[in-house]
Amino acid sequence: MEFFERFALPHPDPMIYASMVAIVVVSIAIVAGLTYFKKWGYLWNEWLTTTDHKRIGIMYLISALLMLFRGGADAVMMRIQLSSPEMEFLNAQHYNEVFTTHGVVMIFFMAMPFVIGLMNYIVPLQIGARDVAFPRLNALSFWMFFAGAMLFNISFVVGGSPDAGWTNYFPLAGNEFSPTVGVNYYMWALQISGLGTLMTGINFLVTIFKMRAPGMKLMKMPMFTWSALITNVIIIFAFPVLTVALLMGTLDRQFGTALFTTGSGGMDMYWANLFWVWGHPEVYILILPAFGIYSEIISTFSQRNLYGYKSMVGSMVLISLLSFFVWVHHFFTMGQGALTNSIFSITTMAIAIPTGIKIFNWLLTMWKGKIRFTVPMLYSVAFIPLFTVGGVTGVMLAMASADYQYHNTMFLVAHFHNTIIPGVVYAMLAGLTYWWPKMFGFKLNERIGKWAFWFNVIGFVLAFFPMYLTGLDGQARRMYTYSESTGFGPMNMIAFVGAGLFAIAFILIAYNVFYSFKHSPRNIGDDPWNGRSLEWATHNPVPAYNFAIEPEVESSQAFWDHKQKKHNLFKGKISKIHMPNNSGIPIIMAGILFVFGFSFVFSIWPAVIIAAVAFFACMIYSSFENDQGRYISEQEIKETEAKFGGDSK
Amino acid sequence: MKAKWAFLTLVFTIFTVLTGCEPLLVLDPKGPQAETTSNVIWISIISMSFIVITVLVLLVIILSKYRASKQPADYEPPHIEGHPVVEGTIIGIPILIVIFLSVVSVISSYQVESTPAGYEDEEPLVIYASSSNWKWHFSYPEQDIETVNYVFFPANRSIQFKLYSYGPITSFWIPQLAGQKYAMGDMVTKINLAADAPGEFMGRNANFSGEGFAENTFNATALSQEDFDKWVEDIKKTEDPITEEKFNELLQPGHLGQLSFTGTHLDFSPAPEGEHAGHQHGDSSDKNHSEHEQNNKDKSSK
Ligand code: HEM
Ligand SMILES: [Cu+2]
Repeated sequence: MEFFERFALPHPDPMIYASMVAIVVVSIAIVAGLTYFKKWGYLWNEWLTTTDHKRIGIMYLISALLMLFRGGADAVMMRIQLSSPEMEFLNAQHYNEVFTTHGVVMIFFMAMPFVIGLMNYIVPLQIGARDVAFPRLNALSFWMFFAGAMLFNISFVVGGSPDAGWTNYFPLAGNEFSPTVGVNYYMWALQISGLGTLMTGINFLVTIFKMRAPGMKLMKMPMFTWSALITNVIIIFAFPVLTVALLMGTLDRQFGTALFTTGSGGMDMYWANLFWVWGHPEVYILILPAFGIYSEIISTFSQRNLYGYKSMVGSMVLISLLSFFVWVHHFFTMGQGALTNSIFSITTMAIAIPTGIKIFNWLLTMWKGKIRFTVPMLYSVAFIPLFTVGGVTGVMLAMASADYQYHNTMFLVAHFHNTIIPGVVYAMLAGLTYWWPKMFGFKLNERIGKWAFWFNVIGFVLAFFPMYLTGLDGQARRMYTYSESTGFGPMNMIAFVGAGLFAIAFILIAYNVFYSFKHSPRNIGDDPWNGRSLEWATHNPVPAYNFAIEPEVESSQAFWDHKQKKHNLFKGKISKIHMPNNSGIPIIMAGILFVFGFSFVFSIWPAVIIAAVAFFACMIYSSFENDQGRYISEQEIKETEAKFGGDSK
Repeated sequence: MKAKWAFLTLVFTIFTVLTGCEPLLVLDPKGPQAETTSNVIWISIISMSFIVITVLVLLVIILSKYRASKQPADYEPPHIEGHPVVEGTIIGIPILIVIFLSVVSVISSYQVESTPAGYEDEEPLVIYASSSNWKWHFSYPEQDIETVNYVFFPANRSIQFKLYSYGPITSFWIPQLAGQKYAMGDMVTKINLAADAPGEFMGRNANFSGEGFAENTFNATALSQEDFDKWVEDIKKTEDPITEEKFNELLQPGHLGQLSFTGTHLDFSPAPEGEHAGHQHGDSSDKNHSEHEQNNKDKSSK
């Protein structure tokens, strides 16, 4: 009995019990449905064991969208709780769990997989490759992310959610002030998915360096691929810091060390430093791919080449370097003195310069263009002014003296949502809509898409701009309630309405997927947007082998010049293609890691040891496995190509 | 497009009405330090609106001029690689703005760390402010009294708060007098501030510290020097001394009302500074540098 007590919830609530029941019911329904329709084989062979970068990309995107709704539900609960003074919807403990979960889910399990999912799908296509460099490792990365995400998501029904904020500052996150297993979940969920991300970084770095089509010099890569390259370099340098910090946190919590605990020679500030040495580059890991997506979309729908290609690349390189020298701006108020603050204030503001260059380059790309307002373009056009506001408030925060007043307030919350939502989330929605036909062979409905867009933008502005004001009026972040006399009420009510509109936008987007699946025409051809880069030089949806003939590239807009200047992209002949085999090993290893993480969270050591041994056994098995991949025959390729309408592109 | 304009106007009106009718706390300073931060905020708002407006105007012009529906069907957008003058401008202007703001930032960073302007030649009144879940303890070594969840101090006098924490990291904040500073377990941080006139101010912990965080507030009141002296006298006459036992009771997690004591807890539970610091750190602004070194020697000889 004692063994099971540890899984009990420290702060139970009827709503949580209801969710437990819902989770069980849905799981049973899924299992029953798969069995009834005899889909287990399909699921296992086509998806769970796939090593195809496109399917892995789609699985990332589905997970990201699911997590978006999970994190979004948390957000709505918070906005309800704050909508008026002295609200009694959530109590302090639940509010704390909800905002912690919201932050972690949105950054790690929504934004990251969204970015990595699009990279997975698009980058190999943009460089004319057949897959990533290490397809099986790619599958392992995905399943590790997924295992981490699931581990985190069960925390609220088994053992209790973390409640120390997504920044998880010690000593608050130490055993003394967070005695439940919640923070253990944080440590292990992020550890497992973070290692997956690190492997993605290595995988894509090698892919982009080694697998570009003939003729594609670095300076002829499409901008999204450039952004992916730089992002992955940042991942490789930043994520090890997170790994180490999480490990140290685990040692403190579960092995009695005192690395972050004051009083025994440890230092609480150490966590804050390590966290942000990873954390600031992390925000650029999210935004750079978004910049890449906007570059593609703005150029396509202005029907013009990207202005200032070189300065676009240069500014991203500069941003990636600077992003490692600014972390102290997250705690100007820690008492390190005016000199240190001044230095980091300047490095932080310096980042605004390359960012500004990019904004003007996008404007100049539209200049003299022929702008078509499709849904992806609408998001990109809204991004420019909204992100500018987010950027300039970043510069305001970077003024160390003034940050003493903004820090820890709703002003800060407004800033980072103002960069992350119009920056990252809109880019993901724009990219998803833009590349949707690539993935599924039909477009999302434009009319519903535009409705969703307007709800999105208006909802965003109403939800977040008022926070700038309440922040300056003294509303600290992470407060679960406030009194009427503070005067924060009306602004928070507006924010609540905005959040409601925002939620409607996402419901519309979900509906659009459903609607378009049923009603959108399928005969859209291979080039529905009049695209410019290589991914549009193959079919929609993309066949397993990507390109029947390996393309040869002469410019940074290879497909456009193929259409306009009659560059010949496909000079070779169709011949058999070597492809990686499916493998069950990645999902099994990730399953083992899930067991490992779960057992570790609850300190069930025998299970931890068994899982660790099983994990290494899998690794040894894989190293001795003789898997030479498989060939798609010439015959099969020709048949597939014929189905897409004859000529082999 | 129309919807967008109507919408922008709406946002703008809300913004001006709201900022107009009641000053926002941070922009309504009552002392030199908050005055500095408020000025810096206004300077940055003004320079930043220049950028926002430029981008917005360019965007509107470009969108209305170069939309496909306004152009002949056979219009072919040109191929433009870039232009040194244009690119020079879009790099140059942000650089100039950033240089300007850097200068402002550095100067003001030093200002908010030092004695408030106008009070340089007097010794500040030192008050220790320590946090515990979820309260603030104020110790007056000079007056030898201690309060919980409220702090009185003389107006027109430089005050130095020395901050530390008996629990999670907290952040001491009286928005109308000065910006925040963390209070931590293993070192003492400092805030120098002054109130220009008597008045009552909202003070709170701004850094999330667990369940009772939202209510982790205190009252800060600036009194005239006479009123302050009188208040100290009153405390001394009427309140009980703080004992170690009593103090440990106060440290228990929870909320307390406002309390007053004679004596301070510093006698039996000293602040983590000097020989009691949890660690050494490179605080270049620390005046007691030699003392620090002394302690290092003490420690290594132990
Ligand atoms: C012009 C560029 C930017 C500058 C100068 C800037 C500056 C800052 C500063 C100084 C802070 C710390 C403020 C404080 O804690 O008091 C901050 C926080 C933050 N910023 Fe930015 N920022 C910029 C762009 C971005 C972008 C592009 C993103 C994300 C995609 C982002 C996301 C965040 C996040 C997530 C936080 C902190 C969240 C937290 O404490 O929980 N920022 N930024
Ligand atoms: Cu940062």
